[in-house]
Parts: sequence; C-alpha cells; structure tokens
Amino acid sequence: MLLKKKKSKGEAEVPSSSLADIAFLLLIFFLVVTTIDVDTGIGLVLPPLSDEPPPPIRERNMLKILVNNQGLILVNESPAALRDVKDLVIRFVDNNGVDEELSDSPQMAIVSIKTDRNTPYDIYIDMLDEVMGAYRELRDAEARVRGFRSYEQYKMYVDERGLEDEIREMYPQKISEAEPDPGA
Amino acid sequence: MAHFKKKAKAKQDVPTSSMPDIIFMLLIFFMVTTVLREVELQVRVQLTSATNIEKIEQKRLVSYIYIGPRVLGANRYGDTSVQIDDDLIEDFRAIRRLMYDKLREQPKLIVSLRVDRESEMGVVSDVKQELREAGTLRINYSTRRDPS
Repeated sequence: MLLKKKKSKGEAEVPSSSLADIAFLLLIFFLVVTTIDVDTGIGLVLPPLSDEPPPPIRERNMLKILVNNQGLILVNESPAALRDVKDLVIRFVDNNGVDEELSDSPQMAIVSIKTDRNTPYDIYIDMLDEVMGAYRELRDAEARVRGFRSYEQYKMYVDERGLEDEIREMYPQKISEAEPDPGA
Repeated sequence: MAHFKKKAKAKQDVPTSSMPDIIFMLLIFFMVTTVLREVELQVRVQLTSATNIEKIEQKRLVSYIYIGPRVLGANRYGDTSVQIDDDLIEDFRAIRRLMYDKLREQPKLIVSLRVDRESEMGVVSDVKQELREAGTLRINYSTRRDPS
C-alpha cells in the first residue's frame, strides 16, 4: 500500500509537448502531396455496342462534319472554317423545321463527327470544343429565358431540388463519332 | 507607473493548449482530400486546351488512360503508345479486360483520356472502340482550360 501511494504521487504523463510538432510534420507532408487542381475536360458518352443496325435517320437531321488529316473541315459536304462551325451547328440544331435542309427539332438533331486515322488529335478537340460551345450557347440562351444567368446556374438549381433538367431534354447533345476512315 | 506595472504582471500568452487539436483537424482534412495516386508516366502527355469544358468533381470515379509518344529518354520519343496505370499496353485487346474489371469495381467509372496533342485520331478511336467493348461509356477528353 505504501508503494502504491508513492507511485500515484509521481507524474506519470506521456510527454505531449512534441505532439504539435509531429502533427505539423504530418500536416506539411499531406499539404505537399495533395493536388487541389481539378481535372477538366470534354465529357462524352460513347454509344453502346449493339448488333442491331442503327435506326434510320432522316438526312436533314444529321449534320455531317468531316475533318481530314490536314485539319480541313467539311460540313455537309461544303468546306468550312473552324470558327464558323459553331454558328453552323447552332443554326442546324435550333432550326425547328424552318429550313428544309436543316434539322426538324433540337431533339432529333444529330451532329456526326468523322475523322481520318491521321487527323491530329488537337484539331479534333478544337472541333469538338466548337460543337460543345454551340450546345452550351443554346442551353445558356434557354436558361436566360427562364430567368437564370447561365445553364450552369440552372443545372445547380435543378440538381438541388431534384427536378428534371428540362433544358437538357430540350437540347440533348447527340454527337455521333463515326469510325475514322483508314486514310491514305 | 503603478498602473503599468499592474498590467505587466498579468499573463499575456496566447493559449497554445488547443494548437495540437487545430493542427490535427487540418491534418485530417488534408488526409481525407488527398488522393495518393500518381503513376509514373512512360508516355509524353501534353494536353491540348479547350474552352467549353467541364470539371470532374469526383476524382475517385476517374480512371486514366494515357496516350502519347513513348518516352525513350533524353528528348527522344518512340511510337505512340497507350499506358494504363503503370503498364504500357502492347495488345489493344487487353484494354477491354482491364477496363471491364475496373468497371465492375466502380460502376460509375469515368474514363479520362489524357492524350498528347500530337497524337493521331487512329489510336484514340481504337482505344474508344475497346472502351465500348468493355462497356465503359462515360469518357472525358482531358484538356486544359484555354487561357484566352
């Protein structure tokens, strides 16, 4: 009993003064290792493989964009410059059956992008960027009609409330990436 | 003067007893947000840039495929190759199996294609065809934001 009393009198704590330093060290390690930068890119959904032949599409509902290995662009068989592509796509998608040559409605409109095997990747991305830009402009315009600043803001509003994204349904991104030609 | 002396007597230390707790909190935050997954690149990937891009917020859903000229060392580059995780892919048919396995682990998988800007579309579309075979349909062409 005497021994026990003596022990309890003495300080038996683990030294904790260096705890902060150890934690600091670990903190600095994770600070250095962490990459805060977010991945950015152009998102797409590939068409699933199926044995069935694709459903027939009316000629007018398909905007054919061809990019060859030189980076030259054909839109519906006529040459076009890269900066014109956006306007052409907007006109094509938002036609609503007015022009005989262009799409019946945005829901039916399909943009088909075809490349050669030798087409440089960055030209293809520029091309895709323009098409995405066209859709974004259309969706932004529709969002503004509904009283939002942009489609992004509308999407956040919709996601928060779990509503249907009507603008997305209105302007679905239908982009078909055909198999590249073997190329010369 | 007497007044001043009185003040000097009082303790003026910033309390530091809660410092470890604060540090730990920060530490835990960074531990949770850190994704310790960086592969040794064996191909050169210089991303191209675009304006109409979206962010991938859930990094944990993403699996990367690197496409670019193989690095041979000292600024020399070989043929265009495909790298998944730490391996170069010799036979493209292997992509199918690899990606299918990943898809089973993570059904909401997003495949991020990190492609060198000077690659040609042929390789990219071969890879895309394999991804269709695997059923990993959500893809993302990784690009940087256009500075302009």
